Amino acid sequence: MSHYEAPIREPLIIGHKTYHDITVDIAKPIEERAGKLWWISFYAALVLFIYGFGCIAYTIGTGIGAWGLNRTNNWGWDITNFVWWVGIGHAGTLISAVLLLFRQRWRMSVNRSAEAMTIFAVVQAAIFPVIHMGRVWVGYWVFPIPNQYGSLWTNFNSPLLWDVFAISTYFSVSTVFWFMGLIPDFAMIRDRAKTPWTKKIYTLLSFGWGGQAKHWQRFEELTLVLAGLATPLVFSVHTTVSFDFATSVIKGWHSTIYPPYFVAGAIFSGFAMVQTLLLVARKVAHLEDYITLYHIEIMNIVIIVTGGMVTVAYACEYFIAWYSGSRYEDFVYLSPGAATGPYWWAFWALIICNLVIPALFWFKKIRTNIIATFIIALIINIGMWFERFDIIVINISRDYLPSSWTMFMPSVIDVGVFLGTIGFFSVLFLLYARTFPVIAQAELKSILKISGETYKAKEEDEHH
Amino acid sequence: MSTTKRIYGIYADDDDLMHAVKMCNENGIKIHEVYTPFPVHGLDKALGLRKTRLSDAAFIYAVYGVLVGSLLTWYTMNHDWPMNIGGKPAFTWAENMPAFVVPMFELMVFCAAHMMSLTFLVRNKMYPMAPPQNPDPRTTDDKFLMEFVSEDVDTIKQILIDTGVEEITVKEA
Repeated sequence: MSHYEAPIREPLIIGHKTYHDITVDIAKPIEERAGKLWWISFYAALVLFIYGFGCIAYTIGTGIGAWGLNRTNNWGWDITNFVWWVGIGHAGTLISAVLLLFRQRWRMSVNRSAEAMTIFAVVQAAIFPVIHMGRVWVGYWVFPIPNQYGSLWTNFNSPLLWDVFAISTYFSVSTVFWFMGLIPDFAMIRDRAKTPWTKKIYTLLSFGWGGQAKHWQRFEELTLVLAGLATPLVFSVHTTVSFDFATSVIKGWHSTIYPPYFVAGAIFSGFAMVQTLLLVARKVAHLEDYITLYHIEIMNIVIIVTGGMVTVAYACEYFIAWYSGSRYEDFVYLSPGAATGPYWWAFWALIICNLVIPALFWFKKIRTNIIATFIIALIINIGMWFERFDIIVINISRDYLPSSWTMFMPSVIDVGVFLGTIGFFSVLFLLYARTFPVIAQAELKSILKISGETYKAKEEDEHH
Repeated sequence: MSTTKRIYGIYADDDDLMHAVKMCNENGIKIHEVYTPFPVHGLDKALGLRKTRLSDAAFIYAVYGVLVGSLLTWYTMNHDWPMNIGGKPAFTWAENMPAFVVPMFELMVFCAAHMMSLTFLVRNKMYPMAPPQNPDPRTTDDKFLMEFVSEDVDTIKQILIDTGVEEITVKEA
């Protein structure tokens, strides 16, 4: 059997690992007790989550007048946060599905956590449109079910309904994809479990997986086809989110460039979030041998590429706003009017965080520096939040009637709900990191002989 | 008492396992099952397993999803209660269809992904709380296990030893 790979490719698993070492390394965070750092972060996240939950309860009890929305700005932080969270989710599917189709092996060390991030981010995203409905108890009206109003159906012409279908399909298909991939790894934990409770829980989760040759054949077919389905799905989801804006007749929103530009922006922000999470996770769970500097660098390169697409889109929007010569276009979110108007700070926050600072990744020294990567990734997260804030608030704060021009100010409840989703997301991710195999170890074992450091060195000796 | 035995040969390396599979094929010995911790490249072909039809099933489920989407949009928007929304009246389904592409596509993906995963579980006899199907817990860690059901214990043992087996267990079948 040949396990040859060109020596120019850097090893994806460093250290002198055997199959058993991989098992031990991946099972360790689950089998060991949590450290102090984990408990501190968990409690901090829990406090934020509970506070945010209180703010949501207050919103539902009082109505969405509790937020900073007004007659001109009828969308504010709610939809900003919704789009931000959905966008973050996209990197997970890109890594697990698109890179699987492209046979990118580096995906195997990061796909599990990236997919977890996707699912948890979509949960946060879904909160916003639901509470934005105001009367959440009739939220089920968005589904086309026979009802007592003479079967008045949902409106399939509306992008808002397309969004219902897109987001719910995205959530459930990502979860299925993630779970199916987890089954062999749960079986590994089950077979190592020492306490009866652990054994029971992982027996429940691993569905009796045994690793027969036929089952592996079906498993590989399943993951391949699910990846094939998830790839157009991920593009369709953010395209549909962009339709929420692009199919309207609001200046700045009614733009044909939105679908590709939103998808690129989503991947851009998603990869930044993957970097933020994984740089911490690899340190805490001691996964430096699996998530190597090479993995970090290659993800930074994806950030450069998608960041470049976003830059081009911004330039187009800015140019068109000026070139149209329309008075209304002079206060869309990317226009000379926005750069100098009352929201100049939001405009420049976007430009600096999304265009200027990520350009530092063009330097190899910076994109292979862990601290720099972490800081820049955080800045991109902030920048992408500002992008959505600008699209919504700058565009609609100055509408067609100068007498109704007004600023948007978030209320304490707005801020609380947003912080709450960050807390909720962190709670889910921290629990995941302690109970789930954070790396797809079965898949990783299949490339150990191809891309493990020891084996690569051996191959090279034989070829000389 | 029958003379048929169940023989387990445990290997520590996937290349040795592949070699053993080839040796068994050459000697005309039937391999009952192979349990591995990860998908070993080329193992399904060496064992003579037919291509799985799971993807064919997925295609049928996808077509089903599109049909559900078409029927749902036609019934609600064109048949049961046609509405004039924003000056865009409902005429025929064919004329209104472009607006329904997104929900139809989502239903296609939804049906294909979920029903295919269910088919996978049913075909593998997998369900929550199912007892582990592997005879030895080490096969999800780093061991590769070949299972034979045969009367010819000695020949099999010899082939296993020749191909570098780590451990042989013989049980009553």
